[in-house]
Amino acid sequence: MDNLRYEAADTLAHAAQLIAAESGDVRVLAGGTDVLVQMHSDMIEPDLIVDIKNIPEVRTIQQEDGGWRFGAAVPGLELMDHADFCAAWPGVMDGVKLIGSVQIRGRASVGGNLCNASPAADSVPPMIAASAMATVFGPNGSREVPVQDIAVGPGKTSLEKGEIVVSFSLPPRPAHSGDAYLRFTPRTEMDIAVVGVAVNLTLDDAGICTAARVVLGAVAARALLVQEAADALIGTSVDDAAIENMIQEVRAACRPIDDKRGTIEFRTKVAGVLAERATKIALERARGA
Amino acid sequence: MKKVHISTTINGDEVDFLCEPTQTLLDVLRDELHMTGTKEGCGTGDCGACSVTLDGTLVCSCLVLGAEVGDKSIETIEGMAQGEELHPLQQKFIDHVALQCGICTPGLLVASKKLLERNPDPSEEEIRYWLAGNLCRCTGYQKIVEAVADAAQEMRSA
Ligand SMILES: Cc1cc2nc3c(=O)[nH]c(=O)nc-3n(C[C@@H](O)[C@@H](O)[C@H](O)COP(=O)(O)OP(=O)(O)OC[C@H]3O[C@@H](n4cnc5c(N)ncnc54)[C@H](O)[C@@H]3O)c2cc1C
Ligand code: FES
Ligand code: FES
Repeated sequence: MDNLRYEAADTLAHAAQLIAAESGDVRVLAGGTDVLVQMHSDMIEPDLIVDIKNIPEVRTIQQEDGGWRFGAAVPGLELMDHADFCAAWPGVMDGVKLIGSVQIRGRASVGGNLCNASPAADSVPPMIAASAMATVFGPNGSREVPVQDIAVGPGKTSLEKGEIVVSFSLPPRPAHSGDAYLRFTPRTEMDIAVVGVAVNLTLDDAGICTAARVVLGAVAARALLVQEAADALIGTSVDDAAIENMIQEVRAACRPIDDKRGTIEFRTKVAGVLAERATKIALERARGA
Repeated sequence: MKKVHISTTINGDEVDFLCEPTQTLLDVLRDELHMTGTKEGCGTGDCGACSVTLDGTLVCSCLVLGAEVGDKSIETIEGMAQGEELHPLQQKFIDHVALQCGICTPGLLVASKKLLERNPDPSEEEIRYWLAGNLCRCTGYQKIVEAVADAAQEMRSA
């Protein structure tokens, strides 16, 4: 790091070129709320920092094909100030709003939250529940990747050298859809999730669940999309019996670590409790939508 | 290490400085520009003592690189009073004794000012949530919250 260089890229091609030309350790910089903390504690010692914040594609929020697209480096606060996006995806916003403090959210992006690959990242479970796709740009051009395939373990992503997440697309929402994210932390603000649960539901006109996604954070090496839990809700009116079955599937899927912030038993129990609560919030939102 | 040359605006004044790519905006303010009103508590985004605004957004200056701030507009605690005249928040912090050692105070003032710009009439809960990223080891927060609410009221009636 003694020879650290800082470069701000204006275009995706420029960023790719800067990264390709560097033989040492390169870090992409978005809001820097992980990168600077990691540099401060000598966890990382990059030779080159490529700031992507000035690239227009990574900073825009727009409606697209009936759904939404937002840039990977858009700070959380900009999403929070976007009333239409917040109304469309309240569960994604539940996650974004929980990241750090006002100061942190003024910088922290969903792209950085995802690419830092912490299993406890708060915006990741609701983005997976939303079936969000990441547009990735790299030396071999662009590709579309489901968000659940980007982070593969603590601090590890499936991105190739030189690849950048440009933006996320969220699909159009059918009528009667709702999503929600809840986490458990010892402190209400500024703490790391011990468990997080995201639920996204769609109901038909009769109130029967036609589609569901249930995603768990902080109970495994990466966020888990639990198909069995979703299947327990699909085809039901999301009554108490269905929710009870869903809770069992959630607990069965947990593979948490055991540490001072939460034992395996505690995390597994809380995952079920939060899954029930998040489902009820998502249901209420779906009925109102 | 090769230094970076940056031109930017701080509290309305055009400023030029040289910094190393590893230096944060906080390092630049304190060590290069000798604007020591902005404090360092943790260096990792947890305490808010280093709060400044960057193009109007409240940020931790310890989590911004000096090299990132070219052609931006930065506001620090030094820009808060108008000459000898204190900002209502500063006066209310004194009136309510909302500080003891004072390390957290510049960050709390900058953060509170931003809150009142966005929301001139915040509830106690809104004040507490907004200031959750500003830690104070001394006061127990109650007097800070009261000072902010009182300043908000005065500014609304002004
Ligand atoms: C005090 C504090 C409290 C916090 N609280 C929470 C919390 O409650 N919940 C939570 O989930 N997180 C929390 N965080 C972490 C959170 O701020 C980060 O994970 C943030 O979302 C990362 O975004 P960023 O834009 O700051 O990323 P950066 O720090 O710029 O980057 C993060 C990582 O992703 C890479 N990267 C960034 N953008 C891209 C991209 N587009 N393509 C490819 N790679 C990329 C970087 O190279 C780096 O490795 C907290 C952080 C702090 C300092
Ligand atoms: S010094 Fe920046 S948040 Fe503590
Ligand atoms: S007055 Fe001492 S930290 Fe707040």
